[in-house]
Amino acid sequence: MNAMIWQVLQIILVVALAPLITGYVRWVKARLNGRRGPSPIQPYRDLYRLLQKEAIVAHSASWIFRAAPYVTFASVWLAACIVPTFTTNMVLAPAADLIALVALLAVGRFWTALAGMDVGTAFGGLGASREMLIASLAEPAMLMVTFSLSLISGTTAPGQIVAFVLAGNVGVEVSLGLALAALVMVAIAENGRIPIDNPATHLELTMVHEAMVLEYSGRHLAMIEAASMVRLTLFIALIATLFAPWGIAQPGAGPLGVLVGMGAFLAKTFLLASALAVFETSIAKMRVFRYADFLGGALLLGLLATIFLYVSEAV
Amino acid sequence: MLIAGALLSLPLLALFAVLVGRRDAAHSITYAGCFVASIALLAGGLTYLGGHDASPRLVLPLGLPWLKAHFRIDNLSALFMLMINLGAAAASAFAVGYSQHLPQRRRVTPFFPLFLLAMNLVLMADDAFIFLVSWEFMSLASWLMVVSDHTEEENRKAGNVYLIMAAFGTFCLLPAFGLMAGPGGDFTFDAMRIKDLGLMGGFLVALLAIMGAGSKAGLVPLHAWLPLAHPAAPSHVSALMSGVMTKVALYGMIRILLDLHGTLSWHWGAGLMLVGGITAVMGVLYAVLQDDLKTLLAYSTVENIGVAVIGLGLAIAFKGDGQTELAALALVASLYHMANHSVFKTLLFLGAGAVISATGHRSLTVLGGLLKRMPWTGTAFLVGAAAISALPPLNGFVSEWLILQSLFKGPAMPHWAMKFGVPVVGAFLALAAALAATCFVRAYGIAFLGRPRSTDAAQATEVSFGMRWSMVVLAVLCVVLGVIPVTVTDALSHAVQPLTGVQFAVSADLGWPWLSPVSATRGAYSGTILVMFGLALFAIAIFTVHRLGTQAIRRADPWDCGHPEDIPQTQYTSQSFAQPLRRAFGHTIFQARETVVMPEPGDDAPATHKVTMFDPIWSGLYAPLGRVIGWIADHVNRLQYLTVRGYLLMMFLTLVFMLLVVAVRQQL
Repeated sequence: MNAMIWQVLQIILVVALAPLITGYVRWVKARLNGRRGPSPIQPYRDLYRLLQKEAIVAHSASWIFRAAPYVTFASVWLAACIVPTFTTNMVLAPAADLIALVALLAVGRFWTALAGMDVGTAFGGLGASREMLIASLAEPAMLMVTFSLSLISGTTAPGQIVAFVLAGNVGVEVSLGLALAALVMVAIAENGRIPIDNPATHLELTMVHEAMVLEYSGRHLAMIEAASMVRLTLFIALIATLFAPWGIAQPGAGPLGVLVGMGAFLAKTFLLASALAVFETSIAKMRVFRYADFLGGALLLGLLATIFLYVSEAV
Repeated sequence: MLIAGALLSLPLLALFAVLVGRRDAAHSITYAGCFVASIALLAGGLTYLGGHDASPRLVLPLGLPWLKAHFRIDNLSALFMLMINLGAAAASAFAVGYSQHLPQRRRVTPFFPLFLLAMNLVLMADDAFIFLVSWEFMSLASWLMVVSDHTEEENRKAGNVYLIMAAFGTFCLLPAFGLMAGPGGDFTFDAMRIKDLGLMGGFLVALLAIMGAGSKAGLVPLHAWLPLAHPAAPSHVSALMSGVMTKVALYGMIRILLDLHGTLSWHWGAGLMLVGGITAVMGVLYAVLQDDLKTLLAYSTVENIGVAVIGLGLAIAFKGDGQTELAALALVASLYHMANHSVFKTLLFLGAGAVISATGHRSLTVLGGLLKRMPWTGTAFLVGAAAISALPPLNGFVSEWLILQSLFKGPAMPHWAMKFGVPVVGAFLALAAALAATCFVRAYGIAFLGRPRSTDAAQATEVSFGMRWSMVVLAVLCVVLGVIPVTVTDALSHAVQPLTGVQFAVSADLGWPWLSPVSATRGAYSGTILVMFGLALFAIAIFTVHRLGTQAIRRADPWDCGHPEDIPQTQYTSQSFAQPLRRAFGHTIFQARETVVMPEPGDDAPATHKVTMFDPIWSGLYAPLGRVIGWIADHVNRLQYLTVRGYLLMMFLTLVFMLLVVAVRQQL
């Protein structure tokens, strides 16, 4: 019964918290740039404003264009429900593991890319093509991270990995460091952050994600924006949960434990969000054709993480 | 009885098509007959799946006088009968309408039932003679349909390469069976199962079986014929060759390696797994750069065969190492992927056929905007594209998940080659899955979305009733096979049980809708639950958004960042979509080079953009081999013009040589 309550709480939490995290990152970035910046709760207002506006759909668009925002949002939301944030005791936990998580994110990407091509404009195709290039390297990199975690802990279920780490079975390992680096690189790419993509740009040569969703307006755009906010939350939660699971409530913990878990999750989230803002401020955007080097690097790091397990075993 | 009746009806249908081929109706009737026969065979397969001891046997006094013809349907055969006749039924139903548009249909229709017959007989064969004869028959029947439109230079080349590679495959399988039968020449499968092959014999049989069946399935580097031959045939035949015939080839591989061979060491599994990984990545890299829709689908078949072979290799490795539970898991995963591929690849090829019959084109460059003009075909193709891209909750994801899960258990084996090899193959598999999604976003987005790039595409209309529904049924199957994974794995474990020797339940711990291969805590997946929750969240999202905000919608011209063009040519094309990928992956592997010639300022000559690419396998392996064979043929050609004296001399010398060999052997 508890598992059901925590699951519902998690479903609401990821959506409710997501705009705040995005707003917070923007606010910290503005401060680092020497601007005052909009309030961290600005994204809530933006989303509400978009919902009130009528949606404009191009004549050439098919039903895919109209369905894609909802499918993307629902798939990312579903994926976010599976990542343990404050507790591992959730009903949906056995329904999907890390592999399914990667695939659920791929569903959202598949639909967004198709929607980008649906209207038949040059920018839509450009964005879709680049997004799929990024995905074709980022997705395997994330699977390799999953592979090395599964070799260390013997499972691909995030909740079980947390339990394994919290039981004190894992020391400091080179593999974990490499896997963390790979996952961070993937997270940057998947969320369209600098140096891969710039979420604040509309400069045609550098757009990736924005180019795909250029035709969207009104509630459709709100859904797309909300989906990317939830995705950012998901990746922050994933990194925090897998590599710093301390504080998470395990099955059997009472409401107090869950409260501690919630506090720990919020602390970790805002710490990571601040780190993201600092990182984005201190680095420049990369050329499109260097993505392959960056993400190929992530893939190789993931592969090295698994290979190093045996090396350290043999030494 | 049902099966025998269906099988007998197939040659009669072929005869009927030959005799009354002039009439339009004859073709529809033949395909309708094929449909009924396939459904009957499907039902037959279904009844025999799961019957452990009661595998029906039949011995007919046909074929070689001392051998007779042996037939048997065990669980594995029954399972493959399901896969094959499902695809065959869909392709037949599609062809009822589709064949009306084919100019060469009198060269296709009579061979179609024979092709179905041959594939079913391969599955039922219980001795090497029937197996090989049916196998050859299958190759030749499909070859005749590949060259049905022989006026095209390309098709002639495809037919030529296909014939050579089919001969090569049989050339490998023949000695493999010969070695298994031994000098006594007992060609029944029962005798082969109990025979001990010895070290050398076992090695040769495994190698020859992998090469023979692998060339038919399309393993790299023996795949070269596949992307030529599969697209050259009419689309309903392409669907059968890609979706179904490759499964017969894999059946042959499983039958020989896991059933007849008996003792296979884990090394073979490791090698096969690596070959599968390379096949998967190479196949999809080729696919993602193709412009021709059918060639793209054919290369994607190469990729999927690679994925299935990774699972098969793992199963062999686990079995060779004595870990039968994991072997059963890997084999279930592999069979699941084969079943899935037969569903969605048949669907996609039929979709390509529908596109061709509606527009007359198969090049992505001239398509576009078909979803609005062909809503049924477009939606069914979308389901197939999502399924082959391994997106949950469709069937492609479940099998990739199972293969990844069994791969993750690979390092449990105490061999260093496996410990290091498995992560590399894992990376290959992950890369192939991600690139497959890219490939199908590109294919679907260019062909079905956007604005039409030619008048033919703009004037396309939806295809006829039968064609439409054969695709819709397959699309529904893609969903069903993905949403009830545990029911499917339970059915598959019947076929796996005799091969690995363990009764294996993939859902042992958590119960019906949960797929938990090793134990409940080792990672689980449930398509059923995920779909239910996903739909609920989807509904909540739509409801909330429409409740909180407005429902108004306005149709307008596209915005396109402020400068929309009314020219469809300003859209991304298949080539421009592939350009970043070509630069990222094609530069080293295919030596893709782009040259841009810009005229001087003031010069009004057009600028040109040229892309050159090399196929490393064709130019590195096939072309030199072809040259060597050509050189030998030129020189051996002289033997055709010897005098009678010369021929007699040669016979004499051969005889002397043979006697010498015998003499030397007796001395040893």
